[in-house]
Amino acid sequence: MKRRKFDMAAVPGNTARAVDDRFQVATPLRRLLNKVFPDHWSFLLGEIALFSFIVLLLTGVFLTFFFEPTMTEVIYNGSYAPLRGTPMSAAYASTLDISFDVRGGLIMRQMHHWAALLFMAAIVVHMLRVFFTGAFRKPRETNWIIGSLLFWVGFLAGFTGYSLPDDGLSGTGLRIASAIILSIPVIGTWVSAAVFNGEFPGTIIISRFYIAHVLLVPGLLVALISAHLGLVFKQKHTQWPGPGRTNANVVGERMFPRYAIKQGGFFMVVFGVIALLGGLFQINPLWLFGPYEAWVVSAASQPDWYVMFLDGSTRLMPDWEIHLPIGDGYVIPPLFWPTVVLPGILVGLSLFYPFLEARYLKDYRSHNLLQRPRDVPFRTGLGAMAVTFYVILTLTGANDVIADKFHISLNAMTWAGRIGLLLLPPLAYYVTYRICLGLQQHDREVLAHGVETGIIRRMPDGRFVEVHQPLTTPDEHGHAELPYVGWVVPKKMNRLGALGPAVRGFFFPIEKPAEAPVSPGHPPVEPRPEREEVGSGETRR
Amino acid sequence: MTSDNDRRRGLLARLRGRPVARSRGRRRLGAAVRLVAALMLAGGAYTVLAPGASAQENPPLSSAAADGKALFDVSCVSCHGRNAQGIEGRGPSLIGVGAASVEFQVGTGRMPMARQEAQAARKPVVFKPDQIDQLAAYVQELGGGPVVPAGDNLQAGGNIAIGGELYRINCSQCHAFSGGGGALSSGKYAPSLAPATDRQIYAAMLSGPQNMPVFGDNQITPEQKADIIAYIQQTLKEQGDPGGFNLGRYGPSTEGVAIFLVGIVALVFASLWIAGKS
Repeated sequence: MKRRKFDMAAVPGNTARAVDDRFQVATPLRRLLNKVFPDHWSFLLGEIALFSFIVLLLTGVFLTFFFEPTMTEVIYNGSYAPLRGTPMSAAYASTLDISFDVRGGLIMRQMHHWAALLFMAAIVVHMLRVFFTGAFRKPRETNWIIGSLLFWVGFLAGFTGYSLPDDGLSGTGLRIASAIILSIPVIGTWVSAAVFNGEFPGTIIISRFYIAHVLLVPGLLVALISAHLGLVFKQKHTQWPGPGRTNANVVGERMFPRYAIKQGGFFMVVFGVIALLGGLFQINPLWLFGPYEAWVVSAASQPDWYVMFLDGSTRLMPDWEIHLPIGDGYVIPPLFWPTVVLPGILVGLSLFYPFLEARYLKDYRSHNLLQRPRDVPFRTGLGAMAVTFYVILTLTGANDVIADKFHISLNAMTWAGRIGLLLLPPLAYYVTYRICLGLQQHDREVLAHGVETGIIRRMPDGRFVEVHQPLTTPDEHGHAELPYVGWVVPKKMNRLGALGPAVRGFFFPIEKPAEAPVSPGHPPVEPRPEREEVGSGETRR
Repeated sequence: MTSDNDRRRGLLARLRGRPVARSRGRRRLGAAVRLVAALMLAGGAYTVLAPGASAQENPPLSSAAADGKALFDVSCVSCHGRNAQGIEGRGPSLIGVGAASVEFQVGTGRMPMARQEAQAARKPVVFKPDQIDQLAAYVQELGGGPVVPAGDNLQAGGNIAIGGELYRINCSQCHAFSGGGGALSSGKYAPSLAPATDRQIYAAMLSGPQNMPVFGDNQITPEQKADIIAYIQQTLKEQGDPGGFNLGRYGPSTEGVAIFLVGIVALVFASLWIAGKS
């Protein structure tokens, strides 16, 4: 029998051909693999959220194997001695078992919790990037709305997860949630009774929150994330302005192989950071909080960081109770304003901001190029204002811990929060606005007069002047003014090649440092060598 | 000699022994002695029981208490006043607060206070242990009050499960789930339990120092106090954290700080690194 030689090198090609013969995927796949993504570090922030969501799914599935989502009362008899013999719900007992008796259970629980905090943090950081660079403008308003919804759905996922262990902390949070629901006029009591199936806490809330936490909310998150990524794909990613980059093209790396490999690597990095956090930093030591009892409320009972702004707004709210003389009389408790009305306003403002800004600027064109924060001072100012507002509320949410550990009166903290909430955001707006204008001004100055060389020359009459290196050949008046285009202006001589390019490389230099020019008295006036234009499909170097 | 005859007679007569016929002179002398004895008894009882100048001049202090009074008159009198009766607006009366209070306040360095403020802070102890005992004896002899039982180990036989439940119900509202303490209004606070010894925790429960309520033996029995102390010392302090570095056990607030300072910072650097490789 004649043995045919097996050609290993031909296997991938043959397989690919066989697949394409049957499914006709080569053309769409080619388009997909050749899709170009712009490359900038700030475009990777959203991926942190995506990857931590994947970690959340993985660790969450592990936890469901051991968690028992019922409020049936059991006597704990596991290996954590300080709670042995204590009556508690099966949910709490199984959470203790996950923490102490399931192999690898504690690190999985901690990774899940850290990944949840990271998911929300990455969403916020990504959202700030999108906001400050104007990436939400037409045609991407829909994706901005989906992204904002992702924050609020993530908020819901976090809150239901926080409530599941049924320890003292989560029960306290649930009690606050029930109070917030009750504060809604007219429908509050009905909604509360519907959610808790009667009076708080009832016997079913854990089971209901469980199905919301493992099915409904994650399902919604997956749907929203898919739509979010699909839209990024369809509408293409925004890019920074720069050489060769226009509103009508995308300059960057192909999806395959470099971009895909980078993303795969970044996923590993995110996974690793979450695993390190889960292994090194203890999060929510729920065994210390004990089972939830209505009469047990620990000091420093705070929600997770992304909910803390609501806690803070509640702490700052004056006790204004509104009595409405309708029928037997209605009372709107003060809790209603900071916990129902305020988040309602915030959701509305965040969802509709792109349309509000377009209307204000009368700008209805499509924008695929990003803006530097300094070039749109009013938006940057508004963002700074919003961040200040949120940070004050979040810090106030922890004001008892801050007051205790920094030896400040709690009352002083509350009043500082009240006054700060009104005064600091406008101040932040003003300061940011001025900083933006100042940065713009400095860019224009360099464009007009050139880069400061640091060389001081003494004139014959005794004056000292600094030598400037113009960015282009000066005209007969010695002026070399370049138009302001809203992009990075070189501010240092080595950016112009005077000192050779900066040494590149993260851990060690990957290229030899160039020789520096020897005569400091005469800065080089030759223009920088023209760089090769970067177009799509070319890797840049 | 226990005859029926003997039993029928009165107690004094039996003590005196057999009855003897006494002369008239001796009877008179006996009456005079009885009168003098009765007067002395009455006067003595008056001296002991009646309030007045003579009682203040002659307090029945033990030697330790007298030494304590000497210390008191140098270090404490400026706020707590003469004879620890208190001064309005400066320091409360110490009559009836008991040795437990002195042991806690002076033994943790809170007293003498550095200045008048919302609450006295724990600081290096000023007095030596035997001086604290003398001060405690003085305050105890002024008007009684709670006393911490003897011995340094007051958690013996304590049940940490019961202690944990009692701790969460009675203590965690202010001292927090971790024993790390928490804020109260207007600059007052519940201090951290980390440096507290068994005796200090017991003394605090008995005497209710500063803003703490009193947990007397009627509210929390001595056995329950031992349970609570066992929980604080063994579970909160010695057991450590199975999950790694505890971030100060301040609850979710430091966890929020950590996710930004560690998680986001590390990953932003990672993204700078990855994006820089192009």
